[in-house]
Amino acid sequence: MSKKHPLLKYLREEILPTVFCPGCGGGTVLNVYARAINELGIDPRDIVSVTGIGCSSWIPSPYYKADTLHVLHGRAIAFATGVKIIKPDMKVVVIAGDGDIGAIGGNHLIHAARRNIGLTIFLVNNSIYAMTGGQVAPSTPQGVPTTTTPYGNPEPNFDFTQLAIAAGASYAARWTTYHVFNLLRSMKKAIMKKGFAFVEIISQCPVSFGKMVGKHRASDFLKFYKESSININKAASMKEEELKNKIVVGEFVDHDREEFTQALRKINIKAQGLSHQADQ
Amino acid sequence: MSHSEVRQKYLNQLSGKTLFMQGDAACAYGAIYAGCNFFAGYPITPASEIAELLALELPKVDGYCLQMEDEIASLAAVIGAAWSGAKSMTATSGPGFSLMQECIGYAIMTETPCVIIDVQRSGPATGQATKPAQGDVMQARWGTHGDHEIIAIAPNSVQECLLATIECFNLAEEFRNPVILLTDGEIGHLREKIVMPDPDDIKLTPRRIANKGEAIFGGNLIPSMVEFGMGTFVHVTGSTHKESGMRDVETQSVHEKLVTRIYNKIDSNREKIIRVEKDYIGDAEHGVVSYGATSRPARGAVIRARKEGKKIDFLRLITVWPFAGNEIRELGRRVKKIFVPEMNLGQVSREIQRFTDCQVISIPKIGGIPHSIDEIYKVIRE
Repeated sequence: MSKKHPLLKYLREEILPTVFCPGCGGGTVLNVYARAINELGIDPRDIVSVTGIGCSSWIPSPYYKADTLHVLHGRAIAFATGVKIIKPDMKVVVIAGDGDIGAIGGNHLIHAARRNIGLTIFLVNNSIYAMTGGQVAPSTPQGVPTTTTPYGNPEPNFDFTQLAIAAGASYAARWTTYHVFNLLRSMKKAIMKKGFAFVEIISQCPVSFGKMVGKHRASDFLKFYKESSININKAASMKEEELKNKIVVGEFVDHDREEFTQALRKINIKAQGLSHQADQ
Repeated sequence: MSHSEVRQKYLNQLSGKTLFMQGDAACAYGAIYAGCNFFAGYPITPASEIAELLALELPKVDGYCLQMEDEIASLAAVIGAAWSGAKSMTATSGPGFSLMQECIGYAIMTETPCVIIDVQRSGPATGQATKPAQGDVMQARWGTHGDHEIIAIAPNSVQECLLATIECFNLAEEFRNPVILLTDGEIGHLREKIVMPDPDDIKLTPRRIANKGEAIFGGNLIPSMVEFGMGTFVHVTGSTHKESGMRDVETQSVHEKLVTRIYNKIDSNREKIIRVEKDYIGDAEHGVVSYGATSRPARGAVIRARKEGKKIDFLRLITVWPFAGNEIRELGRRVKKIFVPEMNLGQVSREIQRFTDCQVISIPKIGGIPHSIDEIYKVIRE
């Protein structure tokens, strides 16, 4: 007798199975996300998923059962900004990839963080443009060959979490798909955070990235994540060379400052207190 | 007070006032009359005044005005706001309009009602940033990739800027499509008299909200829509999708049906959408066709030529897209030559030639200075 998965109610069952490649980290992210919503007791009717173009955008769209705005490559955060301003009481969640919101959409990421608009961003970082077959991304480690850097990537890679923090995120954390329980806690905090909340999820791509680094099974990546991850508390006392090729994980920032849609509403109260002036 | 209550109170104070106003400002007020409650834009000459006035006035009617990090983000936020229930708009000029093209395609494919104002300036590229032009006419029509139709309206006065902006919002709702107000630096920065209308005289097209179970992306030629937060779990995507909104990028017939229907929303209603202004005389020998700022000196040249006994018809395209092909065909049967002055190298004159066998004579002018009456008159008096 088959029993339904308890989180299946959060998915559009009629369009399963997912399109993810075998071993993709996307399934883990979807699982933890559905679990976070379940544990928080949030009504899925109060959620808008906004996604762009790339493998990670398929995590909520179309599988996660919520209002869904699946937009252009790179622009998910900009579209989500319009949604959040009109629907400030809804949870507006962006799940997108490293190329999507770290490269082509990087500008929207930093400005949304600066505004401190109450969006929840889950940046799923698989270190490569996977959907298009393995081109170099701003997250690809230096030296790794890709289809567009066949002699090895000459560029250093981005630290997206530090970028979000520098730009003003109210909440920032980084975990890998190995750290599912830590990730669950951070996802819940990020969803409930009033201001701009950012969680980077290092996630395996055994197909497009795996072939570049000789890791062909999900377990190869998960073992690597387990062995290479250093908690931020421990990393604080380590030297830079000791942290080379390590993944610093943990909760980096959790503080409060005024959220943008609230600031906008204050402006309306101020404006409506003034007498009306026609065109000068 | 709700948005509609504060808006009503605000507009009642404006109603009937005669003001001296810039075209850009009239566009901003037109948006408020139309019920716009969300604007996102990026500074650019000669469109910035629209954003500046809305930044001042929209909060008074409980709307939101914000400056985004670029024009792409501006139209993206506008579309996100539209699906959240807002009447939303952006305004820009050539370089920003170029950046918006991908989002315009997204709005077309997702059937999102929204308004884009392009205050045209001299291009290509940075061109003459502060000078007017009409060089974006074809970009408005074909700027985004793939098969599509578009609606674009070109006002020629400050009063018409206000009314045309309202019309753009109404057409956006009626056809569930982005609508472009194609003004230019000349009209945008022109200051002249405007009479603020009585809000009770302005008819607004409300958003049609779908009943439970109704298809959001098909069924009818122009389907009703929903908003986020209604509990419908709507799925909006720029990928080819079925009537339910679910993606299907593999089936030829699904794409053909979707894109053809979106195209036909406007194409099959073109005669309903198209508006022109005609000043025809009984036995005209020639015709002048113009639009936007250029229609003003063009009209002046026609009046002068008529005073000298020349028999000339005048046709102004208020709706540039969809194109008034039938009107051109009819005019072509009446006259020997059609003169087309425009602030570009002949974009609309070529479109006119597609609909008529009579001789079409382009009167182009670029470089940031509009045609004078003299310049047009000298050509048409021949």
